[in-house]
Amino acid sequence: MNAITVDHIVKTYGSKKQVLTALDDISFEVKKGELFGIIGPDGAGKTSLFRILTTLLLAEGGTATVDGYDVVKDYKQIRKSVGYMPGKFSLYQDLSVEENLEFFATIFNTSIDQNYDLIKDIYVQIEPFKKRRAGKLSGGMKQKLALCCALIHKPSVLFLDEPTTGVDAVSRKEFWDMLKDLKKQGITILVSTPYMDEAAMCDRVALIQSGKIMSIETPENIVKEFEGELWAVRSADMYRLLNDLKQYKYTESCNSFGEYHHLLLTKNQGGKEGVLKYLNELSHKNILLEHTAPNIEDRFMQLMKNT
Amino acid sequence: MKQFLIFVKKEFYHIFRDRKSLLIIFLMPIMQIILFGFALTNEIKNSNIAVLDNSKDESTAAIIQRLDASRYFKVYQNLQSPSDIEKAFKTGNVRMVVVFQPGFRESLLHTHAAQVQLIADGSDPNTATTITNYAGSIISDYQKELYGQFEIPYTIKPEIRMLYNPQLKGTYNFVPGVMAMILILIAAMMTSVAIVREKEINTMEVILVSPLKPLLFIVSKAIPYIFLSLVNVVTILLVSYFVLDVPINGNLFLLMAESLLFIITAVSLGLMISTFTKTQQEAQMFSLMALLLPTLLLGGFMFPIESMPLPLQIVSNIVPSKWYFLIVKDVMIKGLGFSQVWKESLVLLGMSLFLLTISLKKFKIRLS
Repeated sequence: MNAITVDHIVKTYGSKKQVLTALDDISFEVKKGELFGIIGPDGAGKTSLFRILTTLLLAEGGTATVDGYDVVKDYKQIRKSVGYMPGKFSLYQDLSVEENLEFFATIFNTSIDQNYDLIKDIYVQIEPFKKRRAGKLSGGMKQKLALCCALIHKPSVLFLDEPTTGVDAVSRKEFWDMLKDLKKQGITILVSTPYMDEAAMCDRVALIQSGKIMSIETPENIVKEFEGELWAVRSADMYRLLNDLKQYKYTESCNSFGEYHHLLLTKNQGGKEGVLKYLNELSHKNILLEHTAPNIEDRFMQLMKNT
Repeated sequence: MKQFLIFVKKEFYHIFRDRKSLLIIFLMPIMQIILFGFALTNEIKNSNIAVLDNSKDESTAAIIQRLDASRYFKVYQNLQSPSDIEKAFKTGNVRMVVVFQPGFRESLLHTHAAQVQLIADGSDPNTATTITNYAGSIISDYQKELYGQFEIPYTIKPEIRMLYNPQLKGTYNFVPGVMAMILILIAAMMTSVAIVREKEINTMEVILVSPLKPLLFIVSKAIPYIFLSLVNVVTILLVSYFVLDVPINGNLFLLMAESLLFIITAVSLGLMISTFTKTQQEAQMFSLMALLLPTLLLGGFMFPIESMPLPLQIVSNIVPSKWYFLIVKDVMIKGLGFSQVWKESLVLLGMSLFLLTISLKKFKIRLS
């Protein structure tokens, strides 16, 4: 049995005059024990999807189940067995770390002691601050506490809506390590993120854009699906380089990635020599041009362009 | 049960860790009761009056002396001519002018009729009426004494007694009114704000995705405010008994039980407001507009309901404070028992049940 099934879900907002489609006929399945990522930019419909699955919103069309329970009919069952961490911080800021955890444990008819094993690795990191009010914690610690609170009742499925947004790079890395540990405990995790680099940490990812799923694959396969040869380009003047490359007659797409620009040529016309010649004519200095392996973001951009 | 207890505990944490709400809850009642008790009373005390004595004889002197000696009036000014009357009022220092006709005592003794004119500032009709009544009764007291020396046939002497409040103290009316006002404010507004806050700070999202039942949520939200409101009732009663000298003539337990009933009505109102408001500010504004104003205007303690136009009288029936005000007046001031206030109590009970049912039905088990 699948932990989550989503079947032709449609969600729209607004009145008849101005309809905003948040989710446009979405279907996918998440296996038990899988770490499944929903990857997409802001406004892609991630939060709407999470709210439908956690029984907080009703979809206009389609059906969905979590743990075998229907999200509309059996919402009470789902609310007992899932853990949910919303995108916005949603703990009591005026309660201490310990009080928040105790509150959520009790609300779920359990106690901290009962499931301490599950949260131990995460909780020890914030335990030195257990008397501190949640509102006074740093962003990373807030996320850890929120994760503890969502985990304390040993949920079968864990929903994490953009858990790493607004968190520093080190804490993000730690957070994903924690998720991998949780996966080992057999918990199904559905996580959303706007950061493409985090997709590689998931078992499978769904790339979502404007309410539509563009691809569902393992991170490795998503990269393999990339069509064409990709070049990494560097020069002394990166900004001018990007603009010039975009003007190049054979350029299919060119995007900036850190210290390199990723360049895709239409059917690779002209090849390396063509590009070098073009750039030399424009008197670029210290040009570096080499083959590079596409990453998930490259594929995402490609899919976005094709649709 | 554990869920319920931890929820109530959490709610108390919220209240005690927020200084502003603490201040509102515990200081406001005391402030208001003292404000209404001392400052905003409509009793007449030491009103300045002016006298235009055209007779200057034994009788007028006696009457003026009596007016001045009473605790209602102070003779502020002696006027010399009728043209001074208008001036005296225009300075705003006097509230009434007493004018005696020339040859006052003579005509009183010989023709058995003398004229004294009381001129009051009609722009404040309530005060004007009260003042002239007081002055009138002082003058007629003197008249009676004078007659006492002679026997006159056929006199009807109305003997007036003000029951329950012989001194016509305003505080007797204000204390029940302030109780109604404070309780509706604290209980209804604070409850609605407390619930809406969960929506605003997003915790509602997590609470909803939990096994917590809506009824349990609502009850555990309401309990702390019911408790705090009861504390307020005790504070108000203590202040009014020891500071304002308002007696508690009836059964104290009955008074507390009726207060509890009214608090539950107010909390239910707050719950209902929370079902259709989205932000704390909205909830606060709505509570003020929909609860405080009707309580003040139609609750019966500022303006008597009997003298309102019929439509307003009918509307006043849906204001819970009106019924509580009647109950408190009956029990606390008049010392009546439950048999006299069961109807009002039943109305409050009905309102509570109605509002609770609505808010439970309207409680959103999902977002938006």
